[in-house]
Amino acid sequence: MSKIHVTTTVNGDPAEFLATPGMTLLDALRDELGLTGAKEGCGSGDCGACSVIVDGRLVCSCLMLAAEAEGQRVETIEGMAQNGQLHPLQQKFLEHAALQCGFCTPGLLMGAKALLDSNPDPTETEARYFLAGNLCRCTGYDKVIRAVLDAAAELRQERTPA
Amino acid sequence: MSETLERPAAKADLQVVGTRPIRPDGADKVTGRAAYGADFNMPGQLVGKVLRSPHAHARIVSIDASKAKALPGAKAVVTAADFPDLASEVLEGGEQASNLRDLSLNVMARGKALYHGHAVAAVAAISSEVADEALSRIKVTYEVLPHVTEVEAAMAPDAPLLHDHLFTEGLEARPDKPSNVARRHRNLRGDPEAAFADADVVVEGRYVTPPVHQGYIEPQACVAAWAEDGRCDVWSSSQGQFMVRTYCAKVLGVEISDIRVTPAEIGGGFGGKTTVYLEPLALALSRASGHPVKMVMTREEVFRATGPTSGSVMNVRFGAKKDGTITAAEVELKFQAGAFPGSPVGAACMTALACYDVPNFLITGYDVVNNTPKVAAYRAPGAPIAAFAVESAIDDLARALSMDPIALREKNAVRDGTKASYGPTYQNIGYVETLAAIRDSEHYKAPLGPNQGRGVAVGFWFNVGGESTAAVNIAEDGSAVVVTGNPDIGGSRASMAMMAAETLGIPVERVRPMVADTASIGYSMLTGGSRTTFATGMAVVQAAEKVIADLKARAAKLWDVPADQVEWRGGEAICLDPKADKKPLTLETLAAQSARTGGPIAAQVSINAQGAGPGFGVHLCDVEVDPETGQVSVVRYTAAQDVGRAIHPSYVEGQVQGGVAQGVGWALNEEYIFDAQGQMENPGFLDYRMPVASDLPMLDAILVEVPNPRHPYGAKGVGEVPIVPPLAAVANALRGATGVRIPALPLSPPKVLAALDGAKAG
Repeated sequence: MSKIHVTTTVNGDPAEFLATPGMTLLDALRDELGLTGAKEGCGSGDCGACSVIVDGRLVCSCLMLAAEAEGQRVETIEGMAQNGQLHPLQQKFLEHAALQCGFCTPGLLMGAKALLDSNPDPTETEARYFLAGNLCRCTGYDKVIRAVLDAAAELRQERTPA
Repeated sequence: MSETLERPAAKADLQVVGTRPIRPDGADKVTGRAAYGADFNMPGQLVGKVLRSPHAHARIVSIDASKAKALPGAKAVVTAADFPDLASEVLEGGEQASNLRDLSLNVMARGKALYHGHAVAAVAAISSEVADEALSRIKVTYEVLPHVTEVEAAMAPDAPLLHDHLFTEGLEARPDKPSNVARRHRNLRGDPEAAFADADVVVEGRYVTPPVHQGYIEPQACVAAWAEDGRCDVWSSSQGQFMVRTYCAKVLGVEISDIRVTPAEIGGGFGGKTTVYLEPLALALSRASGHPVKMVMTREEVFRATGPTSGSVMNVRFGAKKDGTITAAEVELKFQAGAFPGSPVGAACMTALACYDVPNFLITGYDVVNNTPKVAAYRAPGAPIAAFAVESAIDDLARALSMDPIALREKNAVRDGTKASYGPTYQNIGYVETLAAIRDSEHYKAPLGPNQGRGVAVGFWFNVGGESTAAVNIAEDGSAVVVTGNPDIGGSRASMAMMAAETLGIPVERVRPMVADTASIGYSMLTGGSRTTFATGMAVVQAAEKVIADLKARAAKLWDVPADQVEWRGGEAICLDPKADKKPLTLETLAAQSARTGGPIAAQVSINAQGAGPGFGVHLCDVEVDPETGQVSVVRYTAAQDVGRAIHPSYVEGQVQGGVAQGVGWALNEEYIFDAQGQMENPGFLDYRMPVASDLPMLDAILVEVPNPRHPYGAKGVGEVPIVPPLAAVANALRGATGVRIPALPLSPPKVLAALDGAKAG
């Protein structure tokens, strides 16, 4: 079974790898590129722990073939902090204690980023429904939702200088 | 030490405890850097996979692995023949004792497969694809046997027997025939039958709960490497690296000294990672192949082969006087243990009436084996199940008496000095304070909308102490490293660092907490039983106090004053002798000069912590029912809990909120569904429906602080209590909304709709 040469962009940098035809994007990220921030919780697109953003769209990387990343822009948790600074979502997750074991956190953060990229001022209900694809078994979501709404407020403030 | 800390320290004197700093492992966990079980790799590692029984109960006639072994790239196959056939031996491991032989047989079936998904062979190969192919080439010949899933069916005299050697324990006389009932528990106080005869009001009910899974998002994962000299290394995600070491050594028949276990970050456990499944297999495959072996479960394997908690059938009866005094109780609990004995029915019997001061009761529990996965601990094991039955019946009793449900509980509440139903006399408990917190809450007085109902339920958990080791090492800049042997599942690094900082009198940012491997720190029992902040925290504080004693001695030496003339306050040594006229010496200064005063500054303390304070929770739940579909939504939830003292209040609230969410899932949606062949029909997160963000409202946590005097900062365990009340809180709210009592979980739409239709039909 010959492998496919995939050329893509990961967190702004060019990346290439060899993929078997059945390899998922998640396995390529974790095993070929050494980016283990995306997690496999179910392998069936139900838990969201493997969430990444591909060309601006939130996907479960366990449901996408690695070969489909050809020519796309892939954003993972490893690219969220910039220049040694945590993204406001990451900072707010810490301030609100919005993680316990932390296993679902990379996926939740990517999901939350996709939410705020498309809707800078979500209601609590909108945030809850947008993040319904990201299972967290530890927190009961309370502090997660508070952190997301707080980060949204901060990002809005950053965009509109006083 | 000259001064004695006031135990617990007065809250006003605390600088760090009770604040909300950012957790020390936070940046790693929001950036994807933290390495969990499956994130670790070894050069040259193989992929290990497990062949699992397709039958719920079958004799293994033969296993022919020759074609698998001949496959290019397949490096090893192991079966039960590669493990010692162990004798029955009970090991005290963590939350509950384990029988070594059963543990070994659960890791790899020998002679019989006892549930669908039971491991019968394992392979190691150069890739996942080759491993799959190798598995398909193993020929197992089974003789399928009749199986039994439901608990009462397993108790029937003519039920298929799982174990020929199992005779019911706890009966007056040893039975002459084997049975699936492993043990009967019995606890009698007073004369319940006479008290029932005298009661003004009697309520009773029969309650049923299905098996549910812990549902940690991280599947079990490990890497094992067996070196040529017999030394082995294991990296795995578990609730206790020392537990993994002990169990692996026993199951493989090797020396504990030959195994080192390094804990990965753990992606949730909730009790489910208090035992081993993969680690002994990976070690055996590594030994057989000469390569490191990595094994990661699929979600389906997690559901089919790792411990859920028990399904149950329960009967509860209460008798009371007109004024609400409960005079009699009868509780009968039948719990599925899965394939081997060891359901949490014992703990369920002990907790069932732990919130009530009842003079006459009989509690009976049955631990019953059946052809489903062996249950594992799940957050307050057994207590939520018993509380579902007891708190539902108490709710019915309040209705029968036309009493406020909190007033009824207050009237019968246990207090300091009450002899608990399970034996000891309560001290320093905060139960009535917790009831009052809910009674006085704004939520309790808030009006309800249409199709809404409100439910109250309470819960208890023992909390435990146990063996823990902690080391405090002072660096030359006066910062501290705190080393413990307890995996951090929910923020315990933060609480360890905070308690060390508080004791040493330095900022928490100057403390780096570490979770060490089994070769780098002394023994510690696993993270479970809500013990870590209490017991390991106590070891941390004692190690820090030992460091302080050393620092004071060094300051005395530098000042040339007697040691009792030095006090440690605010991170500094202070000379009490005014004539000496010495400026305080900071930790930084003393650390910088340590070479001149005796060398590095460090201390390690190992303890067996006693005096864990039991915890009580009181929950208030509002639900709204859609009469068209039977869908039940939780619209408001408030949970109050006596937490002793919250070291890091955010993570304590988080424990409460997380326990509530799991309990709501148990109440409304989660269940193992088995087909006629005993195969689980819903082994994935789509069909095993855990709560998602849109299923829940904000979850209000009220922390009631009745400090535990046995802990230096007053801590009580907090992680388990919050899953105890929700099952009944939701069920009681639904009863309030609909007027119908549905005594079987989950309260899923079809069941609710059927009950509503049944009520309408009259």
